[in-house]
Amino acid sequence: MTGKTLYDKLWDSHLVTQRDDGTALIYIDRQLIHEVTSPQAFEGLRLAGRRPWRADANFATPDHNIPTTREERRQGLEGIRDPISRIQVTTLDDNCREFGIFELDMNDERQGIVHVVGPEQGATLPGMTIVCGDSHTSTHGALGALAHGIGTSEVEHVMATQCLMQTKMKNMLIRVDGRLNPGVTAKDIVLAIIGEIGTAGGTGFTIEFGGEAIRSLSIEGRMTVCNMAIEAGARAGLIAVDQTTLDYIKGRPFAPKGEMWEKACTAWREMVSDDTAHFDRVVVIDAAEIIPQVTWGTSPEMVAPITGEIPDPEQQSSPSRRDNMRQALKYMGLTPGMKITDIKLDCIFIGSCTNSRIEDLRAAAAVVKGHKVASTIEMALVVPGSGLVKKQAEAEGLDKIFIEAGLEWREPGCSMCLAMNADQLGAGKHCASTSNRNFEGRQGFGGRTHLVSPAMAAAAAINGHFVDVRDMLLTLDR
Amino acid sequence: MRKFTKESGLVMPLDRSNVDTDFIIPKQFLKSIKRSGFGVNLFDEHRYLDKGEPGRDNSQRPLNKDFVLNQPRYKGATVLLARENFGCGSSREHAPWALDDYGFRIILAPSYADIFFNNCFKNGILPIVLDKEIINSLFAKVEAQEGFSLTADLQAQQIELPDGELIPFNVDSFRKHCLLNGLDDIGLTLQDADKIKAFEQNWRNTSPWYFGVQG
Repeated sequence: MTGKTLYDKLWDSHLVTQRDDGTALIYIDRQLIHEVTSPQAFEGLRLAGRRPWRADANFATPDHNIPTTREERRQGLEGIRDPISRIQVTTLDDNCREFGIFELDMNDERQGIVHVVGPEQGATLPGMTIVCGDSHTSTHGALGALAHGIGTSEVEHVMATQCLMQTKMKNMLIRVDGRLNPGVTAKDIVLAIIGEIGTAGGTGFTIEFGGEAIRSLSIEGRMTVCNMAIEAGARAGLIAVDQTTLDYIKGRPFAPKGEMWEKACTAWREMVSDDTAHFDRVVVIDAAEIIPQVTWGTSPEMVAPITGEIPDPEQQSSPSRRDNMRQALKYMGLTPGMKITDIKLDCIFIGSCTNSRIEDLRAAAAVVKGHKVASTIEMALVVPGSGLVKKQAEAEGLDKIFIEAGLEWREPGCSMCLAMNADQLGAGKHCASTSNRNFEGRQGFGGRTHLVSPAMAAAAAINGHFVDVRDMLLTLDR
Repeated sequence: MRKFTKESGLVMPLDRSNVDTDFIIPKQFLKSIKRSGFGVNLFDEHRYLDKGEPGRDNSQRPLNKDFVLNQPRYKGATVLLARENFGCGSSREHAPWALDDYGFRIILAPSYADIFFNNCFKNGILPIVLDKEIINSLFAKVEAQEGFSLTADLQAQQIELPDGELIPFNVDSFRKHCLLNGLDDIGLTLQDADKIKAFEQNWRNTSPWYFGVQG
């Protein structure tokens, strides 16, 4: 008999009702809320005279508009200089108060990027269904939860009904076999995957990531991988529960305790695909062949190994791909044949829901320690993902390492990943960024983004251009 | 929600694949707490030559004359002809809000990003999936004939071209039903409130750890 995939299990356990046409109502255990995609949903509730179906299923924190300099943060809401941004943040505070929703507001020590804070607080647990008006909700799949981004109409729908109308996705397995080489990280795995299957490769699928290389990752590394499932077109990414998952969750504020913990663990250990489960598509990647990755274009699939070169659009057989590459290279100011290591950088951004957790900061600090940021780098930001990540990093002295090397140590928020606050990349400037999207204008009007791992961004900061971090690590070892 | 039954309109081609939601509506406009007013900033970074900011008088900004939206022949277009993976990137519903506010009611493309596709239906916009070859031929027709318009008939699930050619399309039957009748999703779901309550009670009994609060 064919067994079930992890996605099948999560779907079946949350199925409230199914219509003949295949649409289903799926029960939602947790809704995460931030200030950008929620105001219209709360307004919809108000206009219809509705209350949240289950207020305690919601968890809010502001992140996109939050300023990241210490001086601004010291002033609280007044520190948000842009009045429109400030209104959005105060609107979230007001709405959470009115509807009885738990919020870590901008002055709370635990505030941060919602996809960092959720798992950190134990508010996202294995076996859950999790939604948020944010495409990077796929991050939480790292804990064996079915988690994906939704639009604002659906945010309102979940608030009002605790359910989401869905049609079931297909199952894809991406198996990363073998072991990663030193200096190669979770970020490189997921960029290599996107390079392989393309930004629409996962459309219509839920992707489960498996294989030895995935199993060997920490939960933070797994979050980096699942975070970018959406960049491969899949709304949800998943990783099976194992002892690493349970160890990560134990003791977190929202996690069950005592006898309830033991029972939950028993249930959560089932959150794996059966050996006999059927996947509609299977992609196998050899971890040993993954080299640190750098994006050179304006889509995450436009990626090359650090040892590679900018490809030539004229060599492309598909006309639409050729046009896309031409447009991308024009926007990026790069020429075919140029070595990736010859790309000069103006800015460095270490942060975002992809790579702003403590292990990311440790990896970056290990590379910059004892070095100085290249004189040609105009701005180098390190933005921790949450107040608690910041506190931990400071306890370990990472802030001092960054500051001594010449990087700025900032306060938590989304920051220059999407530049909705004051942290913006200038026009024509090249940025080595640990974020998730290199779209035109993403980090600032006219800005040029190169997606990399924290270690690669740190190595680029010191050298002023991309270098193979594996070479630097060899030197460190000696 | 506004109904969609049968709509006709001028077609505007956007000959570019992987058009992302930042392309459709840049992030600075997401600071609004309203659902309307995004139309003037649709495709902002390509439509204008300078950087847009919320609250600015857009009529004073320099236009990018080369961008298709600014070409006089496409003024008043309500049908957007697009390429693969349209609407990829973020979940921002501001993207369909901006398209709708500008006046687009129909999108034709070979494929869409999932979240964007779903968001369109919630806003009375009909995103139609057509074979790549058909999309290619429509691009050629729009290019060749100024004022090229078409009609999308949702009930009949077909597109009518000016020369009488009919192109059938598929649409999920539930979404079709909702669009045709302008149904409010929440109202529909609440008709199943008893089922939701029963599910929830059972779930609370079997998996109480999802119902705890901070310990």
